[in-house]
Amino acid sequence: MKLRIRFQKTDSMKFIGHLDTMRFFQKLMRLAEIDVRYSEGFSPHPIMSFALPLGVGVESTGEYLDLEVHSTDASEASLQRINTCMPEGLLALSYKQLPDNAKNAMALVAAADYLIFPKQGEMQNLAEKIQTVFTDAPAFLIRKKTKKSERELDLKQYVYAFSSTEEGLFCRLSAGSETNIKPELLLDAFFERAGLTFTKTDWQIRRLDLYGKNEAGELQSLDAYGETIW
Amino acid sequence: MRTLALGDEILLSVEKPARYLGNELNSCHKQPDTADIRFVMCFPDVYEIGMSHLGMQILYEMFNRREDVVCERLFSPWPDLHQILKEKEIPLFSLESQQPVKDADFLGITIQYEMCYTNILQILDLSGIPFFAKDRTEADPIVIGGGPCVYNPEPLADFFDCFYIGEGEVRYDELLDLYGKMKKARTGRKAFLLEAAKIPGIYVPSLYEVTYHEDGTIASFTPESPEIPEKIEKQLVLDFDQAPYPAKPLVPFLQPTQDRVVLEVQRGCIRGCRFCQAGMIYRPTREKRLETLSACADQMLKNSGHDEISLSSLSTSDYTKLPELLSFLMEHKEKGVNISLPSLRIDAFSLDVMSKVQDVKKSSLTFAPEAGSQRMRNVINKGLTEEEILHGASLAFAGGWNKVKLYFMLGLPTETKEDIAAIPELAEKIAECYYEIPKEERNGKCQITISTSFFVPKPFTPFQWASMLPAEEYLNRAGILKDTLKQQLNQKSIRYIYHEAKETVLEGVLARGDRRLSAALLAVYRKGACFDSWTEWFRPDLWDEAFAETGIDPAFYIERTRSTEEILPWDFIDCGVTRAFLVREWEQARKEAVTPNCRKQCSGCGAKRYGGGVCHEA
Repeated sequence: MKLRIRFQKTDSMKFIGHLDTMRFFQKLMRLAEIDVRYSEGFSPHPIMSFALPLGVGVESTGEYLDLEVHSTDASEASLQRINTCMPEGLLALSYKQLPDNAKNAMALVAAADYLIFPKQGEMQNLAEKIQTVFTDAPAFLIRKKTKKSERELDLKQYVYAFSSTEEGLFCRLSAGSETNIKPELLLDAFFERAGLTFTKTDWQIRRLDLYGKNEAGELQSLDAYGETIW
Repeated sequence: MRTLALGDEILLSVEKPARYLGNELNSCHKQPDTADIRFVMCFPDVYEIGMSHLGMQILYEMFNRREDVVCERLFSPWPDLHQILKEKEIPLFSLESQQPVKDADFLGITIQYEMCYTNILQILDLSGIPFFAKDRTEADPIVIGGGPCVYNPEPLADFFDCFYIGEGEVRYDELLDLYGKMKKARTGRKAFLLEAAKIPGIYVPSLYEVTYHEDGTIASFTPESPEIPEKIEKQLVLDFDQAPYPAKPLVPFLQPTQDRVVLEVQRGCIRGCRFCQAGMIYRPTREKRLETLSACADQMLKNSGHDEISLSSLSTSDYTKLPELLSFLMEHKEKGVNISLPSLRIDAFSLDVMSKVQDVKKSSLTFAPEAGSQRMRNVINKGLTEEEILHGASLAFAGGWNKVKLYFMLGLPTETKEDIAAIPELAEKIAECYYEIPKEERNGKCQITISTSFFVPKPFTPFQWASMLPAEEYLNRAGILKDTLKQQLNQKSIRYIYHEAKETVLEGVLARGDRRLSAALLAVYRKGACFDSWTEWFRPDLWDEAFAETGIDPAFYIERTRSTEEILPWDFIDCGVTRAFLVREWEQARKEAVTPNCRKQCSGCGAKRYGGGVCHEA
């Protein structure tokens, strides 16, 4: 049986790296007595995978992990057990069953929402700057460095939404194995072209949700692929 | 939500921010102001090392069970953060409350190895606590040291207000009760230390005066008043089954060196190897009952979510109920819990267990003959014969293993060229055992690793009077080993690695040093020495300079064979075994005579008087 858990990672947990978080969740499943399936072999490990690594320092209210279990309690009871074992800064938000033939979260991820807000002080309205520098521009070219090469990209193809709200800057970016755009890539270029400076440590980046593409080609929250277990 | 002591800009600029958060599963978060006593417990090395230490977890849980105590952890900030704390003048903080260490009632430091001494000074420095105990005021915590190195605390004597000699489970309640009472009465630190010195096991160095002969040896070591004990008795847990253990182990996010449940099966060792300090100071050997262990294991696995368990003790093969314990653990294996075995004496039984819990192809076998020749093994009282080693290796090779690790020491007392050459010769014989197996049944080539460390005499061992060698001579001996190895037939199957010689010499100076070393320690810290146990940070040149500037001659501490009449810096401690026994063993060593283990025959070491453990087994 396949399950998907949505969780948030905030406060001091944002400093815990991806691999360390994964190792913790393996322990968490034992602590919360979730009946996880283990791989075969000499050192069996729980079968679980995370949707998309989160950088150190980034918060999230929309993290996902998929796991396989032999059996499970109802969503609510399982969530409760998980959350009593969670340290400060981690909280499970949903616990849903996936169809047996479901693709795993990692393979599904197509887009991610981010909110970027100042750690201190008021959020300045940047709507006009976005309009002139980004929305009205025919293209928004940047250079993206990967491990192997550097290539030019038109971010307009990969930024599905970009706005200034009272809480901060909101953006929906292409994510996953095909083209993964980190919010810093957009922000660095945007601030520079808007004539502003972007001091990364003054801003908090928070991932809000992750999306896959459904059969109709529309973005759909990873949370919507599963069903609550009653 | 807690406020962290370090801002995001700092945490995101240091190597592993998870070291400084204090948000681990099972960490204990009491408000410091709700408890009478705030005890900051420090392991003076990096987080991942310190978090693997069982003793600290035992005391952490034991202290936090008390309503009047809040116990918090502290580790050495890595050099990157050290620099930032200095530059920005941020006081060092405990992990849980993120509050300054300086404001605590106690700063307890566990001292596990000599090479961490400069890290202790780093902790004091970054906390803003005066280095010298005599300079501290009512605003400073009581700095207390514990752990195996306090069996000779003298090189650190000036930096500590007091030391706890022995096993922490025994007297801390008494000490904390006394502190709580005296804190309420506002009697001040001097009065407290004077009272604490009367608790068995507590040593307050400032209350003792040391004088020296012209040749530099100690002339007298006396308490300053008659109410202060002349001898400090080590403390030990007698009812080991009732002793506290970490029922809710802390589970770090950052992978510690021991990422598993650690089950302490026994304390002490029956073997009596003459170089081994642990084998002497933890006497008598005490075992935990099987039922206690299985209950502990279940509870710790359940509360930690760990999927691996290991056994901890000296010479685990000597645990009397080992087969039963292992079959209990095998039941867990079926539930997905991996078993990480300690190094066991290699025989048919242990090989059978190992093949069940480990992947034979990946795992390697470990032998610790410690010396290459039978003569040398008799000197050190390592009761392991060549026949046993070769027999064990043959059994293992027949069972599919092909990797063997061998541990030896170089520079043992009375060592000759022949003894050194016997090390690669033993490895050669092991290799020959492997190649006796028909080719088609072999699993490729065999890989034998010889690893040598240089012998460092430790206090309260029969070798405490022995001399050490200069660094060049250690390297010379490693060279003899290498040359012999190169002439052997199977040299390609044998790899040789050896330990740093400069570090060994320094360890030797600190292990048997006296109070006069504190000036050199402070000098070397001020020059920038820290993390000396880390090869990448160890700066022997700084130590040479510091010794020269403070008038310390390392040769006085290492190259001298001490007379058994000499007053040794640690003689004020009663470690459980008598001086007469140690002298006898030192003589037996030079006669190459073996002393039987505690279960075979009592050798009258003195530990029987405690009334427990192996000395009183039915």
